[in-house]
Amino acid sequence: METVKLTINGMAVEVPAGTTVLNAAEQAGINIPRLCHEPDLSPLGACRLCVVEIEGMRNLPASCVTAVSPNMLVHTHSPAVVEARQTILELLLANHPQDCLTCEKMGNCKLASYCYEYGVKQSAFPGDRHNYPVEDSNPFIVRDMNKCILCGKCVRACAEITGKNNLDYAYRGFNSKVTTFYDVPFVESDCVFCGNCVSVCPTGALTEKRIQGKARHFEFTKVKTTCPFCGTGCNFDLNVKDGKVMAVTTGPDNAVNGRALCIKGRFGWDFIYSDRRLTTPLIKRGDGFVQASWDEALDLIATRLQGIKDKYGGDSFAALSSARCTNEENYLLQKFTKVVMGTNNVDHCART
Amino acid sequence: MTNSIGEIDHAELLLLVGTNTTEAHPIVGYKMRQAARKGAKLIVVDPRRIELAEEADYWLRIQPGTDIPLLNGLMHIIIKENLQNSTFIEERTENYAALKETVEKYTPDYVSRLTGVPEENLYAVARLYATTDKAMTFYTLGITEHVCGTNNVMSVANLAMLTGHLGRPGTGVNPIRGQNNVQGACDMGALPNVFPGYQRVIDPTAREKFEKAWGASLSGDMGLMIPEMFDKAHAGDLKAMYILGENPVLTDPNSNHIRSGLDKLEFLVVQELFLTETAEYADVILPAASFAETDGTFTNTERRVQRVRKAIEPLPGLANWQAIMDLSTKMGYPMNYRNPEEIFAEMASLTPSYAGISYARLENSSIQWPCPTSNHPGTPFLHAQAFTRGKGLFQAIEHIPPAEMPDQEYPFLLSTGRILYHYNVTTPYSAAIQSMWSEEYAEVNPEDAARLGVDYGDQVKVYSRRGELLTKIQVTDRVPPGVIWMSFHYKDSPTNAITSDAIDPITKTGEYKVCAVKVEKI
Repeated sequence: METVKLTINGMAVEVPAGTTVLNAAEQAGINIPRLCHEPDLSPLGACRLCVVEIEGMRNLPASCVTAVSPNMLVHTHSPAVVEARQTILELLLANHPQDCLTCEKMGNCKLASYCYEYGVKQSAFPGDRHNYPVEDSNPFIVRDMNKCILCGKCVRACAEITGKNNLDYAYRGFNSKVTTFYDVPFVESDCVFCGNCVSVCPTGALTEKRIQGKARHFEFTKVKTTCPFCGTGCNFDLNVKDGKVMAVTTGPDNAVNGRALCIKGRFGWDFIYSDRRLTTPLIKRGDGFVQASWDEALDLIATRLQGIKDKYGGDSFAALSSARCTNEENYLLQKFTKVVMGTNNVDHCART
Repeated sequence: MTNSIGEIDHAELLLLVGTNTTEAHPIVGYKMRQAARKGAKLIVVDPRRIELAEEADYWLRIQPGTDIPLLNGLMHIIIKENLQNSTFIEERTENYAALKETVEKYTPDYVSRLTGVPEENLYAVARLYATTDKAMTFYTLGITEHVCGTNNVMSVANLAMLTGHLGRPGTGVNPIRGQNNVQGACDMGALPNVFPGYQRVIDPTAREKFEKAWGASLSGDMGLMIPEMFDKAHAGDLKAMYILGENPVLTDPNSNHIRSGLDKLEFLVVQELFLTETAEYADVILPAASFAETDGTFTNTERRVQRVRKAIEPLPGLANWQAIMDLSTKMGYPMNYRNPEEIFAEMASLTPSYAGISYARLENSSIQWPCPTSNHPGTPFLHAQAFTRGKGLFQAIEHIPPAEMPDQEYPFLLSTGRILYHYNVTTPYSAAIQSMWSEEYAEVNPEDAARLGVDYGDQVKVYSRRGELLTKIQVTDRVPPGVIWMSFHYKDSPTNAITSDAIDPITKTGEYKVCAVKVEKI
């Protein structure tokens, strides 16, 4: 593989040809701020926060869309670069609500993190502000376009990951807005509610409706697991707070799905807290069921199954195992059927 | 799947037969769409104008139940034009002469009349598939849920073998499996004919191995498949059942037959998350723990074994494995696993394809079986050097029409499937999803809607020879005239009360994809 040698902040770096300056810096352990760049989306160069100084170049190029070239001399945090980033952040803040205390994204907001890092407390550019109504016409996603910084990550996630192309820029200039075709609410659009846009949004523009006011992202313990719906086998993180699953999130590194999920994996897991969940064993008495302890229920099952086995033989019993349950549960139920009941009458819905 | 989902990225052609991937397996569907937009050829075979049909290079809108003639017709053209992979046929397969003789009569003209696909598209697709180096074929229930499901699958395999599209990355015969762990449940031996790892119960050596490991004598008789269980329950021969996490009343064909079978049992245990339609028949219901409440593993459609991790305590107090273990112990066969990892370790020690997999190895990654040893990296694609039986056996297969076709009394063809927003019987318990998609909207073609005098949102009554139901309708040209399409997610429109109880004779899979119905405006 052809490689390129360059110098970043005085450090000699060698990377494969075609690598961007941003990625080359990252490989050298230097973190360059970015709002519109995401490794699993196409590069855009829109937010300009990743600008760097490259000796011999007239302007400060965006490092996410600039390829390395031999003997490049790059400065990622020179005074000119830092000043440019501060100005960019001030420009973004000029039209951004500063309701961070109650913002759903607090603690997980890239704009806030970079303002903190670059010491930008307020904007030097007072002027018009958007006053869009917050859109929460659906049960999954809240859209607050006042907080959108037009980085276009949601546009690219929808087009490049999901392939729905349901979001794009509309209008011009100050009125530029990321929205649906005809600027209608999500429910009236082609949205499939996969939430992949939410997973890439760097600010509070797109957030999950279910946890509004209930949990901050830094309060979560993340438990990586595998989706319980179809056979694709997507991984995601269950976000747990106080012993309760509150949300599902994904990063770009999952084996099968990367960050992508569908509506079921990202939002459909709340069946676990349905008020119709069964939580105690039930025994039929007459036409209805009465609650029982585990011991009572299991004792009754053991007695009845033993009786039926003794009277009619093991082949009078059959088990339906489950394609929705774990390998371990399936292994145990087929073992129980074959060993304890003495029959091979065990099947599941594999062929339906 | 013989191959892996990740290979879609570098395949040059994707042939989809009877799979509505963007709805039933959305993330796989996303990848297909990405590949097509990057230049891979996309061929969709489906009676419905599914989402991917809109992006396809060729959409073959076949008459439901004509997959075999279509596939035979493609093979006919390939052989006539000498586009078959003779080296692969010579080295890796047998019985080619029989295949050649059978497909001889499936001329483009004959196939076009049977399937409704224009001849020029048959030629174009046959040439494209045969001459593309890396071509992946995918199918799901659109192939299997027919009386000729097994033959459909073998026809897909015939086409792949004829053109050498097997045993290399970016090729293969790829059934995308339905449920999250249907692959794993099969691997674990939750089938009437095998022990874990497909070791046959009628094989004395396998039986001896498991008798020794489990310390018990085991039956060498094949057990019952699901439809046989309910037939036996009807006949009074089956007295008791234990149903874990399945809802056959809603999901199996001809549900009235299932209901009366359950009614006749002397004793029924159902271990479930919810009081399902099936659980209502139980004598004892054990509350089940969900995926978030247990440790374990799932095996996905590409044989990838991945961890499931406990995030919260089991809501009912016990995880499912603990309940089964306690029952076994109470019945005189003590099970003493301290955790699911110990269960997995025992299973892996008895299952050659899982022998090299352990929780330690799964901690930070996933492994595709076969993985015979602890340093084996796993197997992304199968059949690189040889097939399981050695040489691939061509099967000469003739067209078998569906068991029940529309007639004067029942003039519509009903086909069924999944929709994006629901997954069988758990998502209707998701408050958020149910608030948006709470009822069935059967698909009716505009021509039929006009004739019936119905419009979007109207309610109709749908009858078959087995039952009837009420459903709202939507008017859409996703379905061709004469076809009604319904999902099976809603208990208020229980589609399987009317579906056919005709089954594939080998797999006993119901013909969910075709039956005859009549539709009346209410």
